[in-house]
Amino acid sequence: MTLGTARRPGQATPDGLPRALWAVAPLAVVGALVLIPVAAVVIAGLGPQAWETLAAPATWRIVAYTAIQAAVSTVLSVLLALPAAYALYRLEIPARRTLLAIITVPFILPTIVVGLAFREILPFAGTTAAIIVAHVFFNVGLVVRIVGGLWGHLDARLLDVSRTLGIGPARTFARVTLPLLRPALLGAAALVFLFTFTSFGVVLVLGDPSLPTIEVEIYSATVQRLDFPAAAGLALLQFVFVAVAVVWSARLQERVSVRQHLGDDARRAPVSSAPDRLAVAYACALAAAIVIPLLGLLLRSLRVGEGWGFAWYAEAFSPSEATTRSASAFESLALSLQYAAIATALATLLGALACAGILAAGRRGAWIDAALALPLGVSAVTIGFGLLLVSLRGPVDMRGWWLLVPLGQALVALPIVIRVVLPLLRSLDPRMRQVAATLGAPPLRAWWATEGGLALRAMTVAAGLAAAVALGEFGATAFLVRLDAPTVPVQIVRLLGRPGEANAGVAAALSVILLLVTLLIVGVAERIRPRRSGGW
Amino acid sequence: MSDATSGLQVRALNISYDGRALLHDFDLDVAPQEIVALLGPSGSGKSSLLRCIAGVQRPDSGTIMWAGEDIAPVPAHRRRIGLVFQDPLLFPHRDVAGNVGFGLPPEGRAQRVAELLELVGLPGFEHRDVATLSGGEAQRIALARALAPRPRLLLLDEPFGALDRDLRDRLAVDVRALLRDQGTPAIHVTHDREEADLIADRIVRLAPPPPAP
Repeated sequence: MTLGTARRPGQATPDGLPRALWAVAPLAVVGALVLIPVAAVVIAGLGPQAWETLAAPATWRIVAYTAIQAAVSTVLSVLLALPAAYALYRLEIPARRTLLAIITVPFILPTIVVGLAFREILPFAGTTAAIIVAHVFFNVGLVVRIVGGLWGHLDARLLDVSRTLGIGPARTFARVTLPLLRPALLGAAALVFLFTFTSFGVVLVLGDPSLPTIEVEIYSATVQRLDFPAAAGLALLQFVFVAVAVVWSARLQERVSVRQHLGDDARRAPVSSAPDRLAVAYACALAAAIVIPLLGLLLRSLRVGEGWGFAWYAEAFSPSEATTRSASAFESLALSLQYAAIATALATLLGALACAGILAAGRRGAWIDAALALPLGVSAVTIGFGLLLVSLRGPVDMRGWWLLVPLGQALVALPIVIRVVLPLLRSLDPRMRQVAATLGAPPLRAWWATEGGLALRAMTVAAGLAAAVALGEFGATAFLVRLDAPTVPVQIVRLLGRPGEANAGVAAALSVILLLVTLLIVGVAERIRPRRSGGW
Repeated sequence: MSDATSGLQVRALNISYDGRALLHDFDLDVAPQEIVALLGPSGSGKSSLLRCIAGVQRPDSGTIMWAGEDIAPVPAHRRRIGLVFQDPLLFPHRDVAGNVGFGLPPEGRAQRVAELLELVGLPGFEHRDVATLSGGEAQRIALARALAPRPRLLLLDEPFGALDRDLRDRLAVDVRALLRDQGTPAIHVTHDREEADLIADRIVRLAPPPPAP
């Protein structure tokens, strides 16, 4: 987005070999790790059987279904986010921060947990509509944040100008507000499309089993039919689609972006008109709609037969005959936390390397921006499947190697780490440190007060998000985890596949535990991140 | 000079900002075709007064009448009162013609846009990107845009505040000629005595606001 805010070059060092090396080396390491699984899929997919997959009408039915459900989810997420973005970013309302926090929560929730929550409360679970509801649930907050971020900074006087020119409120919205919001709308829509096109856990738990998406089909081809060429062909096809979508949306955004003066959002307008009150009521309703399925899940985990109690939690921690499982909640939770810890360390380290490389590349970093969007498009399933192929067919036999699980999770979390850290580092003005130095700060203090402190805060938040992603990760993990050592999400999905009230109850209890642990980790990361006065 | 049933009448207007009174029991009359300069230090409530007259802000109390009729219930887009800010505030997603013609119906739009561009001394600027205009050019386009729908009153809120002295004087003379030519009455807010002299028929001084308690 080109929004009038000048982008400062990351570093002002002169061009030269050392600098190029600084840029190339970290990017090469990170790039290789992302590309190896993709390459494994490409190699497996480009066999003679690839044409069979491409020629099969079933393949194209699956592609069309995946695209249509993603498109509908995207349009609905954007439309449903708009009134809330207005209420939360243009109006002065009392519980604004709380409402924003609630609306943003789904983004960090494990897909399996959300899928299960909707399975409990939706009368139409197992249909396309259910998938779309869950997708909107996940993404509406993301759209509110992205679109609201720009909306809050639009110069309100432009709207006054429009009105004094005789244009009523509705037409002012259509002719001024919407066109100025277009870059954010398109950016948010592109992200939501990417997420919903490659969505896996939600579709697996909530979807119609006879209507697979590309991801689900890759999974069943690999795990159930052991048809690797078909799975690879589909993964390849999906990657091509995502790449085309990413490039197309980047070019479209480029075209609609306008250079505009952005006001500071210090003053939000008081709620004064009937439409304003409606928007506020809507934002509250949206927050409620986000809390309700989670409450439903909690109630489900406490409902035992005709009464209430903690029986399913007890069962989860000490499995009996009723739920024959390979591991207790303790074991799988401990395993999940272990994997997530390693994955978080890996993702944060790789993310820091990638950001350092991008910043060192300086102005030439622009093309890297586009390249960075691609890993977002390499779906979790592709990463998991690719790593599985590498472990089976690579030069070294890594079958069942446990480290593959956190590696896969780290690669899934990597784009998020980069997206959190990079903009903050980019916004740093190298002159800030010089100013600090001229004010008498010793060099280390100056670095800490400026770049160091900011970088550390960004990394803390990113690590919290990476931990949340890794803990709830299912797409990649499902391919890599050993049967006798399931993570919590894998355990939940296994329980859902078995009949009986006990299995469903324990699945709900495990989901609640996973949910609480995830919220706790992200909450702690938000708390312990070192703050400067005011924070951000 | 002013007759009770034509032009603008402001009576006993009270405006406050963050609990601080900016204007207290303020009265003002603008006769048809009259150009009034409002002269006063910054923070004296001039901008708020214009915003209330234009209808994009509500006063705490008092009456604003046009031709003897209270316009409080009339929303901004039906008041036919134009407003030009200190910043040109051109719509960044539209070219010059798209800006000037913004408040015009499609029929006859192109012709009226050309006419106004001629009037503000920028003929042939229709397809220029607004980001390429100089400060003075942008402010002329903002003026043309405000005049295009033929407002019955034009409000100018320090429109030349951001420009240098020379350009400022020239524009003041031009704008006066333009308003006279169109017969549009105007309120011109400024803190510059010379500019007020150049543009206005009459100067109204605003007292500095009472100090904060």
